[in-house]
Amino acid sequence: MALLEVKNLHARAAGNEILRGVSLTVNAGEVHAIMGPNGSGKSTLAQVLAGRDSYEVTEGEVLYDGKDLLEMAPEDRAREGIFMAFQYPVEIPGVSTAYFLKAAVNAIRKHRGLEPLDAVDFLKIVKQKLKLVAMEEALLNRPINEGFSGGEKKRNEIFQMAVIDPRLAILDETDSGLDIDALRIVANGVNTLRKPDRAVVVVTHYQRLLNYIVPDFVHVLLDGRIVRSGDKGLALELEEKGYVWLEGEVASA
Amino acid sequence: MIGTTHDKDVHLAHFAALEAGLDGRKAPWVHALRRGAIARFAELGFPTFEDEEWRHTNVAPIAKTAYRLAPADACAALTPATLEALGIDDLAPNRIVFANGRHAPNLSALGALPAGVRVGSLAAALETDRARIEPHLARHARIEANAFVALNTAFLADGAFVEVPKGVVVLEPIHVVFVAAPSTTRGGAGAPTVSHPRTLVLAGAGSQVTLIETYVTLGESAHFTNAVTEIVADANAVVDHYRLQRESIEASHVSTTQVRLDRACALSSLSISLGGALVRNDANAVLGAEGGEATLNGLYLGTGSQLVDNHTTIDHAMPHCASHELYKGILTGAARGVFNGKILVRKDAQKTDAKQTNKNLLLSPDATINTKPQLEIYADDVKCTHGATIGRLDEDALFYLRSRGIGAERARSLLTYAFASDILRRIKVAALRSRLEEQIFEQLHTANPVKDST
Repeated sequence: MALLEVKNLHARAAGNEILRGVSLTVNAGEVHAIMGPNGSGKSTLAQVLAGRDSYEVTEGEVLYDGKDLLEMAPEDRAREGIFMAFQYPVEIPGVSTAYFLKAAVNAIRKHRGLEPLDAVDFLKIVKQKLKLVAMEEALLNRPINEGFSGGEKKRNEIFQMAVIDPRLAILDETDSGLDIDALRIVANGVNTLRKPDRAVVVVTHYQRLLNYIVPDFVHVLLDGRIVRSGDKGLALELEEKGYVWLEGEVASA
Repeated sequence: MIGTTHDKDVHLAHFAALEAGLDGRKAPWVHALRRGAIARFAELGFPTFEDEEWRHTNVAPIAKTAYRLAPADACAALTPATLEALGIDDLAPNRIVFANGRHAPNLSALGALPAGVRVGSLAAALETDRARIEPHLARHARIEANAFVALNTAFLADGAFVEVPKGVVVLEPIHVVFVAAPSTTRGGAGAPTVSHPRTLVLAGAGSQVTLIETYVTLGESAHFTNAVTEIVADANAVVDHYRLQRESIEASHVSTTQVRLDRACALSSLSISLGGALVRNDANAVLGAEGGEATLNGLYLGTGSQLVDNHTTIDHAMPHCASHELYKGILTGAARGVFNGKILVRKDAQKTDAKQTNKNLLLSPDATINTKPQLEIYADDVKCTHGATIGRLDEDALFYLRSRGIGAERARSLLTYAFASDILRRIKVAALRSRLEEQIFEQLHTANPVKDST
């Protein structure tokens, strides 16, 4: 059984149809890249999968591990193993990163019938994962993302992902706004987390990130539909010819 | 229209009875104060909607109630276990307790205070220290404009007196506890009681002191607390004042905190209002000499049908003074909040630097807030800023927390608490801060029933 199965998904926001029949199958162990120009709907797809209620699904279905994903609250999706790294991580003054992450981890553990982690065990895991994204321990006492640079916010997302240990990770334009060093750190973090029972969906505008996170499959999203799927070679071809190439083909088809 | 003439009578009758009971020998100068105050109260009557300062706060529930004077002997009913149950036994090493405004020596405990520091009963000090007290008592919180201050002053009998001599630094906080004990009274059970707590704090030049004032109710019954606190800080004094009101949800609570800062003083007063059905706090600071720095902060929580009104006035009377003000409110249910922040910059107060902020979080469609900055500036070289916000919980932040597995209700509580923590982290007394963090977290959970405890 596929880990994620998106079938003919249609979604709209503020009356505009953004996704117009997306179908996608992701198996455990695979890395999928979803590429597309601005406005193609790729971030919408990520947000719909994470459970953002500002989008309305009008048609189609999404099965996650065989279950109806669209029926689940965002927190239940997270507890079932879905993690989305935000394109624009939110600043939350007054809530420390450590408190927040511990609450998240223990909510997920409870859902899976596990005992909550105590402070000592939690800290042990967290320290190890901080190294993965080259972040300082001081991060833990800082309010969530408050005053962080763009790069720090993105690294914090990957750090959280590493701590939470999801089955399906969705990276929503994690590469946007990153310099080359931060990009390497983020990509390295993601690669370390690649394993046979986890799938990763990388949403990106540029091929650049895919030099570091090499996908098994590449899908091109244009105007709310996947118009072409292939292997990593497709991303390179896109880099060379631009989205105009496929836009032309779709128009003439 | 509120029949104020009729409503005053209860209090005038109490005064007449009180006066008849005086033997005439005790501190006649104090009684002269009382007589002036009751006369002023009789003239003013209780305020109505027509009074600009009370436009959003209807005090008819107070004016219409035939209160009994809270008995002076209620302290016998209190034990150390009572304080423990109220969560106020361990906040500071120095504690002075009052039951219905009367000193309860059996519950008070002072640590090792530096020589010359006085923490005691105002009743005793009125007899022995007229020269120290008379120039200050009722000179700062003035009876002229506020009927409740006049009423408190008319019934002036006891209260807290704190004096820190020149140059003395008191390291450990002094906790002044006012317990309203309406249910322990003999006779007339059920009729609500009124008490008039009073506090006078004199901080000498260059002294430092931290004060906590707590107002609590023994039991859940209705009563009326009408409190007045005066704090006088001489040159270069540093005073940290905390005022915690968590009386019964049935209580009416009206207070005036009047502080006066001399040259180069730093005085901060932080007010936390959690309890009470009808609450009105006036916090007024007068910057009476150059170089003073006044900070007024506040946090108010309202739920159910609570009304919480905070009026502040900062009087920049002299040049080169600074004032900072941050009040935050969290309102749910059908609670109503009022914030009125007046900043008066007098003609001579050049180089004033005043900043005022009021932020409100409305958690339900029926909760309301009236917020109003009121700047009166008569000097031309000043910096005054003010801002007010009224908002709901940030949907993006809620989604962010939920997307990490945190339940919706828990996420709401966390964000609400985070809003409050901005004020709580300014509390320098660690024991007080952590106690309040617990209590407020608890109260927010109760206000937002948690369906999903994860």
